[in-house]
Amino acid sequence: MRYSGLRVIKEALTGHKGWTPAWRDPEPQAAYDIVIIGGGGHGLATAHYLASVFGERRVAVLEKGWIGGGNVGRNTTIIRSNYLLDGNEPFYEFSLKLWEGLEQDLNYNAMVSQRGVMNLIHSDAQRDAYTRRGNAMILNGADAELLDAAQVRREAPFLDFDNARFPIKGALMQRRGGTVRHDAVAWGYARAADSRDVDIIQNCEVTGLRIEDGRCLGVETTRGFIGAKKVGSAVAGSSSRIMDMAGLRLPIESHVLQAFVSEGLKPVIPGVITFGAGHFYVSQSDKGGLVFGGDIDGYNSYAQRGNLPVVEDVCEGGMALMPMIGRARLLRMWGGIMDMSMDGSPIIDRTPVEGLYFNGGWCYGGFKATPASGYAFAHLLARDAPHDTATAYRLDRFATGHMIDEKGMGNQPNLH
Amino acid sequence: MIIDHPLLGPRDSAEFTYIGDASLMRRPDPATASAADWHAYAYLRANPAGTHRELWFHEGGDRSYLVVTRNTLTHEIEGVELARDAARAERTP
Ligand SMILES: Cc1cc2nc3c(=O)[nH]c(=O)nc-3n(C[C@H](O)[C@H](O)[C@H](O)COP(=O)(O)OP(=O)(O)OC[C@H]3O[C@@H](n4cnc5c(N)ncnc54)[C@H](O)[C@@H]3O)c2cc1C
Repeated sequence: MRYSGLRVIKEALTGHKGWTPAWRDPEPQAAYDIVIIGGGGHGLATAHYLASVFGERRVAVLEKGWIGGGNVGRNTTIIRSNYLLDGNEPFYEFSLKLWEGLEQDLNYNAMVSQRGVMNLIHSDAQRDAYTRRGNAMILNGADAELLDAAQVRREAPFLDFDNARFPIKGALMQRRGGTVRHDAVAWGYARAADSRDVDIIQNCEVTGLRIEDGRCLGVETTRGFIGAKKVGSAVAGSSSRIMDMAGLRLPIESHVLQAFVSEGLKPVIPGVITFGAGHFYVSQSDKGGLVFGGDIDGYNSYAQRGNLPVVEDVCEGGMALMPMIGRARLLRMWGGIMDMSMDGSPIIDRTPVEGLYFNGGWCYGGFKATPASGYAFAHLLARDAPHDTATAYRLDRFATGHMIDEKGMGNQPNLH
Repeated sequence: MIIDHPLLGPRDSAEFTYIGDASLMRRPDPATASAADWHAYAYLRANPAGTHRELWFHEGGDRSYLVVTRNTLTHEIEGVELARDAARAERTP
């Protein structure tokens, strides 16, 4: 069923009786050409592009819970392409371009909102670094603007400009950045993939990989064995657990990141604002809640919940940046598990096991990557060659010395 | 989380800095280690869901290193020892 304005009016006049489920609930088949483990944003996007761009017909996505219950539904919804390094910037700009055409491609309202992302500048050194980053973005075809303090004041007068410790001296602005309704991304990709006969199988946990003579033949699941010519893992924070089934250790640690939502307020924050001095980022959802977050908790975790010291730290960051936030009540908070890689950048590559492919290491920046991650992973699965924008995301880059370390932190996953 | 320091008693985990997997104590021997050994040591992790031995540095306290055995699924702490003692115990066969 195609969605359209006309359809909404027709349904409104006929008691909304014509709507059908957005995707089927199929029984798993005995075998597929390609099985994707993980029904998050990346897995579903991979399935969509496999079917729509690369013409694959026998594809399944296996999800242990319900689709959208992982990080795709837990993040702070920020999309942007303001990266510095060659390995990253073309990829994230490719992703932003896909976001811009996503709703037409999927025939689904994902509420892609290019309301602008503003990274605040607090020191001369930071201005130099952001100027360099802005230039790198422009060289790669992205948009970037350097704002002075007066311009920032015009767009966000409520910030604490004359904070003695972290005065606001300007900002790097990417106007094409913004936010997207995260659940709708999962649902939109699922519906589009399903319409091209991809089987989306929920409540189907992968419990093992069947590997013989160095070749992956399929997956053991809670609903039986499912054969596959190729298996791709896109399970975000659970990457190490899946690859452990193949006897592989990864350059990855799992950490928890928390997100926070305030009570609904009238429109106050125009776009996304990030406070570089204290690590705090905030935007306002269409329902009015302030959506914000900060650092990860900092130690290995699979608990999907955080601890209180980081709550305090995030709220301190918020108060230092915009004291008015102290008047808002916190409604909800939760945690998601991220696969923090050793250089802070993702991995999309084949593994040493024939027929087993890996997509992971997204750290806490993988939501914005969803379309490009799916596209590049589909490219790799279908053609056995990396997509042009993802050639640097190799699994062996830590052994060969080709790290993509945006922050210059070295092999400290909790600092990326 | 409360970390029960072997010398100082229960302390708030916020006083500590997390260093990482306790396997970091087993640095390869520069005289014999291969590039692959260093790669595994510096970058590869078991990253278990469950019991995990890890290093915490008491930065806001007595500046000792501790080996904390913690469940990464529940955040429950199962054991705490001085890293010095843990390293000695590992070395004596
Ligand atoms: C609090 C928070 C805030 C964030 N904010 C942002 C942001 O503002 N911008 C941004 O770009 N990124 C952000 N991120 C990061 C981003 O959400 C993730 O990098 C990205 O969503 C991960 O990819 P995914 O959507 O496919 O993961 P997920 O949605 O987690 O998908 C993985 C799926 O795999 C399933 N799975 C796991 N194991 C198995 C198994 N054995 N069998 C079957 N299925 C399995 C899981 O149930 C899950 O549904 C944030 C993350 C968090 C936690």
